[in-house]
Amino acid sequence: MSGLRDALTKGFGDAVLSFEGEGRDQAALVKPEAARDVLRALKDSGFNMLVDLTAVDFSRYGQDLPPGVTATNPAPEGSRFRLTYRLMKLGATEGLVLGRLAVHCWIVDDRGPASVKDLWPNADWLEREIWDMFGVKFSDRPGIKRLLLYEEFVGHPLRKDYPINKRQPLIGPKDERPRERLTGADLRPRIVP
Amino acid sequence: MEELTTPGVLTSQLDAAVGWARKYSIFQYPFVTACCGMEYMATASSHYDMDRFGAGFPRFSPRQADVLFVVGTISHKMAPVLKRIYDQMTSPKWVVAFGVCTCTGGFYDDYSTVQGIDTIIPVDLYIPGCPPRPEAVLQGLMMLQEKIQKQGRTVAK
Ligand code: SF4
Repeated sequence: MSGLRDALTKGFGDAVLSFEGEGRDQAALVKPEAARDVLRALKDSGFNMLVDLTAVDFSRYGQDLPPGVTATNPAPEGSRFRLTYRLMKLGATEGLVLGRLAVHCWIVDDRGPASVKDLWPNADWLEREIWDMFGVKFSDRPGIKRLLLYEEFVGHPLRKDYPINKRQPLIGPKDERPRERLTGADLRPRIVP
Repeated sequence: MEELTTPGVLTSQLDAAVGWARKYSIFQYPFVTACCGMEYMATASSHYDMDRFGAGFPRFSPRQADVLFVVGTISHKMAPVLKRIYDQMTSPKWVVAFGVCTCTGGFYDDYSTVQGIDTIIPVDLYIPGCPPRPEAVLQGLMMLQEKIQKQGRTVAK
């Protein structure tokens, strides 16, 4: 599998920023503008399965940590989201996993790379989910639709700045309800007269 | 005989009879979406035996049901379905919120869960607990029966 490292770092030059790990635990970091080309080459080299495509919001990384714990945000300047493509080589005749690779890319603001839904059809829903939950757009899918939430939903709930108990306009209550502290005595059936 | 035929007496007796008949023949529609369903099943089956209260006959069509048991977390996407099921039921009808998820949203204080089904449909009986014990459900059921008995024919829904 070391051929993979060479193929990527030599074949794509600057576009592949780093390549780490070995065996089944390899990860490549690529530039977003080249992500699609790299992924296409990987597909052609036998990565026939897109196991997962997801995003991580690093905007609050390292904040609100317990005392004594520190962490440095790995996000480069101007980047907030990191996309991760998890690829697998599945030998259909042998029924064996022949290789795994994670491809990461840091994107600028909310502008994601070009779609890969023509390479792996399941990327269609995964990209819609990323738009739904993180508000990351894919450059050639301007009219992308939400997957899990409904059209009237305001905001993108897995962003770290989405308030955890924010209410949606379509389904109330309008404001956050005061939460009383209940005791065991309150936990009795109550009938509305 | 003279006294019995005066209008007042007759009405009150009919009310009592209607209330009595209704409270012991609750046809329920279990709207089960989550883990509370297990506890609902425990309550409905022989050990706790909901049938003792005349409520042992679940109807899986809302048009044949009197009491809507909302059992489990209701998400925003499920909310229109629940509302529609409620609208399909014929009056008189009653709604039971089974478990804290349906009462207030429970610990799902988040973007996707309805914060209490009373934001969508009127609720008659709240049974808190995560999930409520069968005893609590049966206590609630008896409270509902009392309410049904009191209402008699005067259900204004
Ligand atoms: S109240 Fe608890 S047991 Fe019932 S549906 Fe909610 S989480 Fe599950």
